[in-house]
Amino acid sequence: MSVIVDVEHLKKYFPVQKSFFEKLFTRTSSYVKAVDDVSFSINEGEVFTLAGESGCGKTTTGMILAMLMNPSGGKILFDGTEIAGLRSEELRLLRRRIQIVFQDPYASLNPRMRIGEALGHPLEIHGLATGVDKRNRVLEILEKVGLTPPERFVDLYPHELSGGQRQRVAIARSIILRPEFIVADEPVSMLDVSIRTVLIDLMMELRKEFGLTYLFITHDLAVAKYISDRIAIMYLGKIVETGDKEEVFSNPLHPYTKALLSAVPVPDPERKRETVELKGEVPSAIQVPAGCRFHPRCPYAFAKCSEVEPQLIEIEENHCAACHLVKG
Amino acid sequence: MPLLEVDSLTVEYWTRRGIIRAVDNVSFALDKGEMLGLVGESGSGKSTLGHSLVRLLPTQGSIVGGHIRIGGKDVVGYSEEEMRSIRGEKIAFVFQDPMTSLNPVKKIGEHLVELIQTHKPNVSREEALRFAEAALDDVGISTERINDYPHQFSGGMRQRIMIALAIALNPDIVIADEPTTALDVIVQAKIMDLLRDLCDAHGMALILITHDISVVLERCKKVIVMYAGNFVECADSVSLHNDPKHPYTQGLLRTVPNIELADQRLESITGSPPDLLDLPSGCRFWPRCPQAMKVCHMKGPSMVELENGCCVRCFLYGGLEQ
Repeated sequence: MSVIVDVEHLKKYFPVQKSFFEKLFTRTSSYVKAVDDVSFSINEGEVFTLAGESGCGKTTTGMILAMLMNPSGGKILFDGTEIAGLRSEELRLLRRRIQIVFQDPYASLNPRMRIGEALGHPLEIHGLATGVDKRNRVLEILEKVGLTPPERFVDLYPHELSGGQRQRVAIARSIILRPEFIVADEPVSMLDVSIRTVLIDLMMELRKEFGLTYLFITHDLAVAKYISDRIAIMYLGKIVETGDKEEVFSNPLHPYTKALLSAVPVPDPERKRETVELKGEVPSAIQVPAGCRFHPRCPYAFAKCSEVEPQLIEIEENHCAACHLVKG
Repeated sequence: MPLLEVDSLTVEYWTRRGIIRAVDNVSFALDKGEMLGLVGESGSGKSTLGHSLVRLLPTQGSIVGGHIRIGGKDVVGYSEEEMRSIRGEKIAFVFQDPMTSLNPVKKIGEHLVELIQTHKPNVSREEALRFAEAALDDVGISTERINDYPHQFSGGMRQRIMIALAIALNPDIVIADEPTTALDVIVQAKIMDLLRDLCDAHGMALILITHDISVVLERCKKVIVMYAGNFVECADSVSLHNDPKHPYTQGLLRTVPNIELADQRLESITGSPPDLLDLPSGCRFWPRCPQAMKVCHMKGPSMVELENGCCVRCFLYGGLEQ
């Protein structure tokens, strides 16, 4: 299997706005370290999931991979090409190959554009099709995402569709340029449970048909378990554990992963819940704790944890964790 | 006598497109210390039902029929004044979004003091502050933070403050509308633990309104499933999980991923919930039902009680003879 996306030491720091007096009297700037030295690679044709709580940096990572944001540091190789610092023409060509599906189908579709226009627009921008040809391709893609008969949907406005149908349009828009790689940022979390599965299944069918690779971003670990091939768990801007899905879910190594998995509600009234209790809440990403950034909340923390930052190392085959307690 | 008894309650909204019957003829009872889960998808009427129990419907909504008996007294006919006197004291509400439910320019202690003094006018400020401290203590917020403003708290802590406000006057019934939907799983688990502990400690009854059937199955003894304004199934959580009766409940359970199962195959329910202004004839679920019969298109089923005490609204389980 070949690597399609390779992320090395990716960083994204957002400067914190200072007040006038702070500007006068302090020299150092502070930063929100949204993504702080993250490395991973995604193989062709797989579903790689970034999971974690809000504020862990998963969406920022996705936005950078979709080239909607510039990184503060690090390298991203897409199919061998470095994507940071590309000039506009090269970037445009690359955008055909990398697309994104956003979380909120109510906000990601222009309310004044008919479905047909919204879907045809990328084809025009990239000079791929016009006129009848464009219309045919739009109809074809609508059929592919299950909005049938397509003729009925092309002339509708987004407000005339249900949430699930809108998200189908968003998926259609992301695949109309025949990309290779799709960043899907919480694509089903706004939808009702009864239609979530249909959309997940649709995305998986499209993966087979078009040979897509997905970066799936979610906070819902049950969904992550259902769809991923490999998964990375993020905490406060860093990957704390990554590996094959089965490995991470059946044998979590990092205390944070254990706590996270134990908190997921299980739809079974007869099961005894065993939670791993965590102290406090996620600290601010501006003043990240020294050493292991999880140590103030970790039930197993010891002296070394507050001093030395653990590195993400391979503990077992295809299973890495960043914790002083686990050794390879 | 149950704490809360709802009897053929019907709630309608007046809209420009017509009258929407959001809650249609529902009945249930809630006993002391009980935890009841009310699940449904968006538009099923679960929040409308919750809001109508405390009579906090928006102006275009109104209760057009039925009774809500709280401690034996029918509150449907209560004036706003009378209603205000029981809200908080007898029945309290925890809203979904703690960001918008707290006043941003008011210290959290003041939120509590105002509530206490409104309901108990002869309590002095000092005494009210002591009550406020006790309420904060109950929900696990350090009393040192009584003078902080809402923006100084995280989402989970704000939800705790909302719960403190709901339980400050020791109500018999607390209704929590999606109390953890905006929160991360770890915080969600802590808030649910807190609600359960409070129910145990104060003998409160809780109605948990949510779209998340996993949370309900894990936390509630009794579950009611709503679909398009109707109750379709009422059962204890174990029966509902092991032997769901209504085709909608069966479908719903097959759509829920379970993190503890390996190689789970999820299914989905075809179609989408109906437009309440344009309901199908007969049973509201038949266009999506894999087991629909001819009779389902023609008339709507009524609630049938089964041997194990569970209730289901489906012709598969009888009710055809009438």
